[in-house]
Amino acid sequence: MRLRAGWIALLCAAGLYLIVLITGRTGLLNPYWLQIFQFAGIMTVSGLGLNVIYGYTGQFSLGHAAFYGIGAYTAAFITKSAATGGWMLLPALLAGAVAAGLVAFLIGMPILRLRSDYLGIATLGFGIIVKVLFDNSDAVLPTLGGSRGMTGIPHFTSWTWVFLCVIGAVLLVRNFVYSSHGRACISVREDEIASEAIGINTTQYKTLGFVLGCSLAGLAGGLYAHLYTFLHPMNFDFLKSLDVLLIVVLGGLGSISGTVVAACAWTLLLEGLRVVLPTEILDWRLVIYPLLLIVVMLLRPKGLFGGNEFRFLKPEERR
Amino acid sequence: MSALLEIRDLTKDFGGLRAVAAFHLELRPGELVGLIGPNGAGKTTVFNLITGMISPTVGEIRLAGENLVGYPPHRITHRGIARTFQNIRLFNDLSVLDNVRIAYHPYAGYRLIEGVLRLPRFHRREREIVEQAHELLGIFGLSDRAPELARNLPYGDQRRLEIVRALAARPKLLLLDEPAAGMNAGEIQKLMELIHFIRDRFKLTLLLIEHQMRFVMSICERLAVMDFGEIIAEGTCREIQNDPKVIEAYLGKGVHTGGSGATPAAPPPEGRR
Repeated sequence: MRLRAGWIALLCAAGLYLIVLITGRTGLLNPYWLQIFQFAGIMTVSGLGLNVIYGYTGQFSLGHAAFYGIGAYTAAFITKSAATGGWMLLPALLAGAVAAGLVAFLIGMPILRLRSDYLGIATLGFGIIVKVLFDNSDAVLPTLGGSRGMTGIPHFTSWTWVFLCVIGAVLLVRNFVYSSHGRACISVREDEIASEAIGINTTQYKTLGFVLGCSLAGLAGGLYAHLYTFLHPMNFDFLKSLDVLLIVVLGGLGSISGTVVAACAWTLLLEGLRVVLPTEILDWRLVIYPLLLIVVMLLRPKGLFGGNEFRFLKPEERR
Repeated sequence: MSALLEIRDLTKDFGGLRAVAAFHLELRPGELVGLIGPNGAGKTTVFNLITGMISPTVGEIRLAGENLVGYPPHRITHRGIARTFQNIRLFNDLSVLDNVRIAYHPYAGYRLIEGVLRLPRFHRREREIVEQAHELLGIFGLSDRAPELARNLPYGDQRRLEIVRALAARPKLLLLDEPAAGMNAGEIQKLMELIHFIRDRFKLTLLLIEHQMRFVMSICERLAVMDFGEIIAEGTCREIQNDPKVIEAYLGKGVHTGGSGATPAAPPPEGRR
């Protein structure tokens, strides 16, 4: 059964990829919407990262956009200074992910001993510090542009790149959470004291979850930088962290399927409303979507998926 | 035979309160010892000290001669001590199988990268872990419940699942904090048989806290009695039953015939403090 579900999922994914690719090439899908599709994929990767941190490991982070930004600036700096072909995107994305992961490791060691709300405040503070650093980055590296923004980043991100990253992130997170190491992270979320008592090094697994999640944010940031070719510190402030948090909670904590669906729905809805709504009430867009959020939370407090998964994302039940 | 667990001069102060005072205890390999005492005597604090959940103010704890003081709980578990909790601490939103599988993590035997890339060793080890977990659950009659969420198990099963999970951590010494709490007479009888069985099967040394005297008296080979953080008596069940200090701790001072008559009636054993 699972095998068939897996094939169907693969076919659907390949179909979606081809449809967007072909309609994008032929101009049926205008470049604006192609960009939105790519942005939805980027939000998916970033959301999956936060889901590993908050949904699976249970560590409340409000600084996700900071790591997204670190990845974006790192990747953009590399491609901009190297000034070579499109293949540079791969090392740049990896460098962005590694940089975000490294910073997460260093900042995680002192702050991950805090619990829930306190960790939230600490990550929030870290996010603000990073934003200020971006604002003043031109003092150290003029290329980064500081508060005027970073321009002239090559447009390397394509639908194929985004699609591959989404598939890679989904598989990575799925394989991780259904492994012994992932279970160790989940046990930290469930009961830290009991985890220690059965021999789980909770500090180590909190750090692992945090670093993995932040690396995914860094990867997403790299894609973002090479999609819009312009970076501004405003794009990495607290509100952007909140967007990702909303996606993860809306989709369901601890659900890969939920994050994917919520990230796509959230991005497309936000842009879709822009098209559908008449101009005079366009500004109400930002009222409609929080309202939607409230309604969903009332009807499905555990998120759209509530910890469940599409069947192809679940490992087979043995015996 | 040399002691498996050696505790000397163990003292723990919480601010001005001395919860455990100059506690001492020795467990020989294979022993089944009960730690009893009125509520608030400091029994669970002793468990928390042994397992490293809290660190002692002063004192020495050694397992097979190796110092345990100052190590984090997971390291102490790796050395060979597992425990259950008075208020059951299962991973409620995970399946029964996952509860046990998580405890196998230190023995998972594959690296993170092998798990993420789904290399052959991952599949082989995961299969073995599931088999072992089922075997262990089978001993406790929980194998059929493997896919259910832990929170949906009846109370007695939850207590037993917690013991299964502790056993999966492969302890030499198992600490049980009120394993029979909330069980009926039939369940207690089964639990006693199980404890004897797992002791022989897994070559365990057991230390248990329990309030049900009939259970303690019929299962433990030796008892240590605590009151106000101190050991007040130690010995076989028969010796303990007749120890005047123990009777005093549980029942209060006896009313002397012909005395002043001012001594209040003995409070019930559990409600002294």
